[in-house]
Amino acid sequence: MLDGKEPGLHVLQKGEGRCQILKDILILGIETSCDETSAAVVKNGREVLSNVISSQVSVHQKYGGVVPEIASRKHVELILPVINQSLEEAGVDIRRIDAVGVTYGPGLVGALLVGLSAAKALAFALDKPLVGVHHIEGHIAANYLDHRDLVPPFLCLVVSGGHTHIVCVKDYDQFEIMGQTRDDAAGEAFDKVARALGLGYPGGPLIDKAAASGNGSAIDFPRVYFDDGSLDFSFSGLKTAVLNYLNGMEQKGLKCPVEDVSASFQQAVVEVLVNNTLKAAGLKNLNKIALAGGVAANSALRNLMKIRAKESGFSFYYPGIVLCTDNAAMIACAAYYELMRGNRSELWLNAVPGLKLGEK
Amino acid sequence: MIEIKTFDPDETVKIGRKLGGLLKKGDVVCLAGDLGSGKTSLTKGIAAALGIKEHVTSPTFTIVNEYKGKVPFYHFDVYRISHPEEMYEIGFEEYIGGSGITVIEWADLIRELLPCERIWIDIRKDCLEERDGRSISIRFIGDRYKGYERQLKGTEKHENTCS
Repeated sequence: MLDGKEPGLHVLQKGEGRCQILKDILILGIETSCDETSAAVVKNGREVLSNVISSQVSVHQKYGGVVPEIASRKHVELILPVINQSLEEAGVDIRRIDAVGVTYGPGLVGALLVGLSAAKALAFALDKPLVGVHHIEGHIAANYLDHRDLVPPFLCLVVSGGHTHIVCVKDYDQFEIMGQTRDDAAGEAFDKVARALGLGYPGGPLIDKAAASGNGSAIDFPRVYFDDGSLDFSFSGLKTAVLNYLNGMEQKGLKCPVEDVSASFQQAVVEVLVNNTLKAAGLKNLNKIALAGGVAANSALRNLMKIRAKESGFSFYYPGIVLCTDNAAMIACAAYYELMRGNRSELWLNAVPGLKLGEK
Repeated sequence: MIEIKTFDPDETVKIGRKLGGLLKKGDVVCLAGDLGSGKTSLTKGIAAALGIKEHVTSPTFTIVNEYKGKVPFYHFDVYRISHPEEMYEIGFEEYIGGSGITVIEWADLIRELLPCERIWIDIRKDCLEERDGRSISIRFIGDRYKGYERQLKGTEKHENTCS
């Protein structure tokens, strides 16, 4: 694949078994799988030249959740201005881009198609490679942007509104899922509990904030571990337990201690996430742990993981807040490493809403 | 109409499994009930009866999850839909007119888009019971589902005589 015939890739030469970079490789990344319309330019896989995220949270706040139709329509309106701005901020002429990386799943199909169509059109017009990226692979790659020293193998806990995965990152393009949710995603549990508590949307940051002044041991909410040795998660019972507690308080005519409920719920989620992740690291003999995804911004999760990783002598990595959210820089980074491994997509690449990690 | 009481999530899964055993291509099961009432548990039972081995997770984020069982299985969760028209954007009518079996959680939010013939299930939390009770009422609406009620009652009765 890297034989020097492709435009933009003639810069790579094989030298003593590995590719030697002679010229900077610039990747344009595009991400539209859910709320955010985002475009970014990343240099050599590790340096963010621009990362424009047109957050739509203010539109969604009214509805208490992501509204797919609004998401797609907004993406259509925003995609071209966001791409233009990312090139402008990076100070890069569009013809200088070496490849276009884009999220093609999982996500909302209407939303994914907007970014994918833009990426395919650009790749075709510029005659540059198109690289389809799995959204979770992108989240994992966000760690490379903030930690230049981080290289696979390591263990990554990916937690967001739609995903709860413990992933063994064997190589830049090799992943093994060691645990995942059997019902609700962690971020989804945060959103639903926040809604029940009347805190609003998005649930994660609002519960984190309320929990800061609450007692995490005030209410003993259930922690689910599977006795078959599986590292899977289940948050549906926890969600129901919180709802039952709130219902019980209401029936007794008592005021709901929002801060204590937030802190106790958060503690229950975070404990299970951390315990299973450390167990997975032990099983794989890995001494590096990373967090990724929107819930990686949760302060209780970061704190507990930091303490427990230190106790076990593990290095611990997590991306800055901006790179935890859905953004295109992480997609560009993942696309860079896919390209370096000789992986690229055909122009008939389609959106795959239920794409599984590790599937091409 | 059939009224069934369950007292834990496993019992709700079991009801789903029995119902799932009756379903045929093109059938549409609509679920209504509050957060945490057991809609996904019931769906897990239906999926198990259709031979789906993988875990059936909440599709709240993606709106629809597709599974390959004995027949294609489409699991919708329209919790995040604010206007029924938004369903057209994800090709809803192609799913329900297709050759699979469809389950729709929060179906009451898109009532006007549902087929006239459908299985309608209400799950209510039973607050009067000390235990974590649920009342599940199942209605088979339309000729398509003629005989289903009798068959489901039959499996219930059969189980009672066995135990």
